[in-house]
Amino acid sequence: MRKLRLEKKSTSSGLSILLNSLLFVALALVFCGFIIGAVGFNPLEVYGKMFSKAFLSSRGIRKAIESGLPLMLCGLGVSVAFRMNLNNIGAEGQYAVGAIFGAAFALYGPKLPGILGILALAVCCFTGGALWALLSAAPKAFWDVDESITTLMLNYIALILLSYLCLGPWKAKGQNVGQTEKIAENLALPEISGLKISTAFPVVIVIALLLFGFYKYTASGYQINVIGKSLTAAKYAGINIKKNIILVLALSGGLAGLAGFVQYAGITGRVQENMPNNAGYTGIVIAYLSRFNPLVVIIVSILFAGLQNSSATVQVMGVPAQIATMMQGAIMIIVIAGDFFQRYKIVSDKKGGRAS
Amino acid sequence: MKEPVIEMRNITKRFGDVTANENVNLSLYPGEIHALLGENGAGKSTLMNVLTGIYKPNSGEIYYQGKKVSIKSPKQAVDMGIGMVHQHFRLIPPLSVAENVFLYMPNCSTVLRQKEMEDAITACSKEFHLDVDASAKVWQLSVGEQQRVEIVKLLYRGAEILILDEPSAVLTAQEAVEMFKVLRRMADSGKSVIIISHKMNEVMQNADRITVLKNGRVEDTMEAKDATVQRLTKAVVGEREFVPQIRDSHNYSEETVLYVEDLSVKNDKGLNAVNHVSFSVHAGEIFGIAGVAGNGQKELTEAVAGLRRAENGKITVKGEDLTKLSIRKHIDKGVSFIPEDRLSMGLVPGLDLSENMILKHFGWEKFSRKGILKKKAIDEITKDYIQKYEIKTAGVHSPVGLMSGGNQQKLLIAREINGSPSLLVASYPVRGLDIGATEAIHKILLEESEKGTAILLVSEELDELFQMADRIGVMCDGNMMAVLNREDADYDTIGRLMSGEKL
Repeated sequence: MRKLRLEKKSTSSGLSILLNSLLFVALALVFCGFIIGAVGFNPLEVYGKMFSKAFLSSRGIRKAIESGLPLMLCGLGVSVAFRMNLNNIGAEGQYAVGAIFGAAFALYGPKLPGILGILALAVCCFTGGALWALLSAAPKAFWDVDESITTLMLNYIALILLSYLCLGPWKAKGQNVGQTEKIAENLALPEISGLKISTAFPVVIVIALLLFGFYKYTASGYQINVIGKSLTAAKYAGINIKKNIILVLALSGGLAGLAGFVQYAGITGRVQENMPNNAGYTGIVIAYLSRFNPLVVIIVSILFAGLQNSSATVQVMGVPAQIATMMQGAIMIIVIAGDFFQRYKIVSDKKGGRAS
Repeated sequence: MKEPVIEMRNITKRFGDVTANENVNLSLYPGEIHALLGENGAGKSTLMNVLTGIYKPNSGEIYYQGKKVSIKSPKQAVDMGIGMVHQHFRLIPPLSVAENVFLYMPNCSTVLRQKEMEDAITACSKEFHLDVDASAKVWQLSVGEQQRVEIVKLLYRGAEILILDEPSAVLTAQEAVEMFKVLRRMADSGKSVIIISHKMNEVMQNADRITVLKNGRVEDTMEAKDATVQRLTKAVVGEREFVPQIRDSHNYSEETVLYVEDLSVKNDKGLNAVNHVSFSVHAGEIFGIAGVAGNGQKELTEAVAGLRRAENGKITVKGEDLTKLSIRKHIDKGVSFIPEDRLSMGLVPGLDLSENMILKHFGWEKFSRKGILKKKAIDEITKDYIQKYEIKTAGVHSPVGLMSGGNQQKLLIAREINGSPSLLVASYPVRGLDIGATEAIHKILLEESEKGTAILLVSEELDELFQMADRIGVMCDGNMMAVLNREDADYDTIGRLMSGEKL
């Protein structure tokens, strides 16, 4: 009797992970293709339009990078926490509070000259996100309260607070929409001359590189890795779990808070009522797809941003704009389901009689 | 004699290359309490999992009331009247006792009538004098009460054969006495009971017949009235000849390294696992702890290593009181620990050799400076250890989960003796290893003790203790029964002490 059964794989190389992911992204596209076909469009034509719009023009790429910036920082922030098995679902709220702290500094803070002002603004945004994450970190560390719930719930509070401020006390005069006054000239992030890309982009790349080094070469990064892989072993090794929960969630929230900084100082110039616009949740998807690798987060964020931007293009054909969200969801689900084949392989069992 | 209700004939069960049961025969008569005795890994649970349909045997037959049957699933076993109480209870804490019992019924009606259910269960538990409050929520119950709920569940379902996996392990002594009374009443009413145990005295007192498993085979079957400690010890640990001690000299120094005074420790269930134990280990001495697993050794070693809080008493190392200090402080004070569960506690299987090498010592100057790891130096030192202890591996950057058990253990020990500890606590350091790896590890431990390290060695293998230890302490039910010099100890004495007899 011939039986198929699953066997655990011992290791997977980076290349096989990449190929595996690409294969399942392709499958996700095929899946979405059927749905696009079902609503009466030619999927190849739709995909072709989307791709050429998003990635085949310098303007498309520039746009993708620009809208990718907050996604990158949310993705990086979420990854830090997920590496330690802390489920930070609150990047959305941490982003919002980061933006609130930034706007508060711009409104009420001291006027600092040149780069100092921008640095202080960044520190404020980071602090806002970090403090918001600490609201979840402390109960987690001291009473083992599930951080997935608290971070998620705090999102709603943060978003309502942001709406209130943007529609209420901080609302710009003579505006119909909920947003603050334009940021002062000296606090805005300049563009790289000639490239028309915000200087925030190289800054984010540097942050990603620093995180990469942090994971790989520092004792703190090492501890996060050990805790994430085996809590029992970490306790046995005398690693301070409480301290690491606090530090890692603060860093995670701080990075998400910086998403508020790049969006505010680098792109919109105003803090807006609906500013995070789901970047915090998309960041979770990005973090998972990137296997928490900070450099991969940058690339995946740009791809996702391009996907989102291109959905507007196909709208003129009559395709609903929600297509981008659908594709993101499909890619996430199918790639993560495909992870199964990263961990198991199917082998055929020649002998019968094995318990199933 | 009556017809057996269950007969298992020539049961063999293999997992890959490991044979868990080999040609095991077991018959169970109505009205008896039958004990399955044996060490960890002797195949007791596997055999019962075969009987309850969780595993399918590779060969062998099962006869139920004289008819050959094939038990394909736990559900089928339950339908036949074979029920099992697992060590970890299968209850749903937020639901009431009555709800838990009715969930287990095959044709549970869609509309539940609380009152009717509760009455039915109260009646059923009264019959066997099982004190259970049918309306209580399971999470409110003590462990002993939860166990009774599990038993009621089986009885109400109509089980005729009840299997209990180490039923007394989670109970206090008083609760255990009560539980065995309940089991006896069930046997008297014609049901059959199998208890899995590794406590000799308990089995001798409470069972009618005893089957001893060793290495997957039936070593001995006897009427309980014919059982003696000697016979059981022989069957459980095997017939042994006198083994000479490996080391010729054991003149350890007078200096006391570990001093444990009046130590009491609780287990994860909150029950007393170590009761007022006192002993000391000297520099260069190997102090062996003998005893059947589960008699407090785990809790004792974890308390000494700083992983578990001491309820009472004092632990000092080189004169310094470490009782209330953190694990980190224990490590810094030179306490090393080889835990019994090497892959879930001692090592991180997903990390590579270098990363596992620095698990406890990443903060040391030779491994990091100002928080930056010295990757090169770490790899070099790991390579040195690989060479020194002949660890077979694909390289320092290969995950330790891929290595064999022996090589994992060598790496773990290498790390633990790195930095010359004053005290090395080794829990079952050679469990599950082949002869080659066992010898290598014994050699490392002996070398370490020659250097003056005090070693606390916990083992179930008396041979190992006789070979290695200078003195042997015997534990039973959390008590230190006696501490013997190596030359005054023999199998018989230790066997008696292990089963709870006093000297």
